[in-house]
Amino acid sequence: MDLCYTAEEDTFRSELRAWLADVLPHVPPEPPTHEWAARRVWDTAWQQMLFEAGYAGINWPTEYGGRGATPTEHLIFLEETERARAPYVGMNFVGLLHAGPTLVVEASAEQKAAHLPPILRGEHVWCQGFSEPSAGSDLAALRCRAIRDGDHYVISGQKIWTSFAHVADYCEILVRTDTDVPKHRGITWLIMPMDSAGIDVRPLRTMDGGIEFSEMFLDEVRVPVANRVGDENDGWRVAMTTLSFERGTAFVSELLQTMELVADLAELAKHITRRSALAWDDAGLRRDLGKVAAELDALWALTRRNISEASRTGLVGAGGNVFKLAYTDLRHRLGEIAMHLLERASLSMDDIDELPSGRHVHGRIHGLKMTIAAGTSQVQRNIIGERLLGLPKER
Amino acid sequence: MDFWLSDDERDLQDGIRSFLLGRFPIDVVRAGEEQPGVIDRDRWRELAATGVFSVAADIGMRAAVLVFEELGRALVPGPLAASALAAAWVSGTATGDTIVGVLETLDDPVLVEHPAQVDVLLIVSDEGLLRLDASALTMHTIERPLDTLTPVAVVRRPLPAATRVDTSSAARQFERDAVVLTSALQLGVALGATHLAQEYAKQREQFGRPIGGFQAVKHLLADMLVKSEVARSAVYAAACAVDGAGTDDAYRAASVAKVMAGEAALFCGKTGIQVHGGMGFTWEVHAQRYWKRAVALDNSFGIIDHHAAIIAATL
Repeated sequence: MDLCYTAEEDTFRSELRAWLADVLPHVPPEPPTHEWAARRVWDTAWQQMLFEAGYAGINWPTEYGGRGATPTEHLIFLEETERARAPYVGMNFVGLLHAGPTLVVEASAEQKAAHLPPILRGEHVWCQGFSEPSAGSDLAALRCRAIRDGDHYVISGQKIWTSFAHVADYCEILVRTDTDVPKHRGITWLIMPMDSAGIDVRPLRTMDGGIEFSEMFLDEVRVPVANRVGDENDGWRVAMTTLSFERGTAFVSELLQTMELVADLAELAKHITRRSALAWDDAGLRRDLGKVAAELDALWALTRRNISEASRTGLVGAGGNVFKLAYTDLRHRLGEIAMHLLERASLSMDDIDELPSGRHVHGRIHGLKMTIAAGTSQVQRNIIGERLLGLPKER
Repeated sequence: MDFWLSDDERDLQDGIRSFLLGRFPIDVVRAGEEQPGVIDRDRWRELAATGVFSVAADIGMRAAVLVFEELGRALVPGPLAASALAAAWVSGTATGDTIVGVLETLDDPVLVEHPAQVDVLLIVSDEGLLRLDASALTMHTIERPLDTLTPVAVVRRPLPAATRVDTSSAARQFERDAVVLTSALQLGVALGATHLAQEYAKQREQFGRPIGGFQAVKHLLADMLVKSEVARSAVYAAACAVDGAGTDDAYRAASVAKVMAGEAALFCGKTGIQVHGGMGFTWEVHAQRYWKRAVALDNSFGIIDHHAAIIAATL
């Protein structure tokens, strides 16, 4: 076991740091969260800068224009960009981290040539059409139907939780192509251009009042058969290949942001009074924050452990599920500490003068999402119980 | 960066695990409950011969935590951490001839663990590291210790004078290293409790099926695994920090390990009892022994709240 970085890793870090110091002063201010058109411009402009500097597709193979970085270099990239407060992957998320990696492994040469370079250059934004109203945790139960009509598939159905749908150029979509076989064996993976006729994107207002996701209604949308990735009815396997790209880096930026949130909460507690006493004088609050800080350090260690495992074996084993469960549970506890500290100011989702109540209340609400998104904590526990502990399945 | 066990580290851990399975199986460890003093001196020397009390100094903290994780899993009793770190001030520790404990706190009541068998006590104080011969103390043995394998006695005042044997920074370092070794024992306790409950949940049937198939039980076990694995990362990271294999602050990392491994051991201890149902509440089933050791170890070298406060002071 060794937490020291190699000379090559140190060089990678210092070159990246120098580049960030050079370019970040020229990045315009981040547009407000819900100004989607402006955000698309901002996110894709950053992707273009990364591309020109050779940092686009950091973990993609070099033969497809990526940098081919090791998992540790990927960690360093995320750590340095986060610490320098560089833009996050934003709406390039699906293209760079999900659809793109799937195309790298499964797509035809023509499909790769058409789609991979524009993703890396920040020219194409992708969205994901996987979940449906009746196919959430049980994703393979999806019903959105695609019927073959000559050299097209005709798609009708509904998708939900589609991030960036109203600004995306393409959608990686899972459709039902066979209803007479077990559910996993009748699914096909398609590239759906978002300017196709018959797509109705309706923003889905979430509990924080904002628009983060959409519902997507599909009415006889025609997608060329040439846009199919993998074989017909083999889409479940195609969709799962993305998992083989996971190198334990999924939550690095989140984790570092949360560490900063804890430091900021402590700072806040040192400056506000509660019932005529400094909030920080409360030993209970200090202890609670101390425990959260300890767990964040432990999760940073777990991150480095997962990445080291990926470096050795090419895959993250149990560590990915363990991390998600522990981290998302921590976000709930941290959120509750923040709400208690804010007391009545927690009734405001806006900052109140100098008091960052808006930031911390939004952080609390973010935690409510985290234990649900990308596999609920309950599904994670089933996976850990059945695959890691060898316990019998419930069914 | 390679934060994963090397082949040598894996061999070391496998080796100590097989040794403990052979020489310290749970039935042998339990038998200590019926013996005065609990610790079998011959077996203590056997532990010494495998390097338990010299590995930290001879190889390093990373090797030591792997060994101590297995000692914790096997519920081996005794002041293992102090005895493994005392060689600079007490002779005969590496060979197992001298058993070294600590006076944890001078707040009343002052409790000494393994009072009948500990030879020397170390005290971490602001003036430095102090040493005291256990025979100089007047002690009253507690008849019913919480953890039968961790007997305790109350020290009667006045305390005899202790000898200063090293500086306060040496004392602080001794304490930090003991915190890391204790957290490794706690990690082992958490893993042992989890394994026992996991095996039970697979074979125990109610309502016509193994109880581990019910989500209510499965999720408890998943939480045990999660807490154990997060603790493992913290303990191994602390060991790297102590060895200088990275840039993390060793004192903070030690406190982090103690908080995380302490919580994992206590959680897995109590949850292991719950998974066993009524049998978990019996003397016969080992589930209770993990929880009791978890309590004892939480109270060695600073409880969770103490270390959480240390970390909070850095915020």
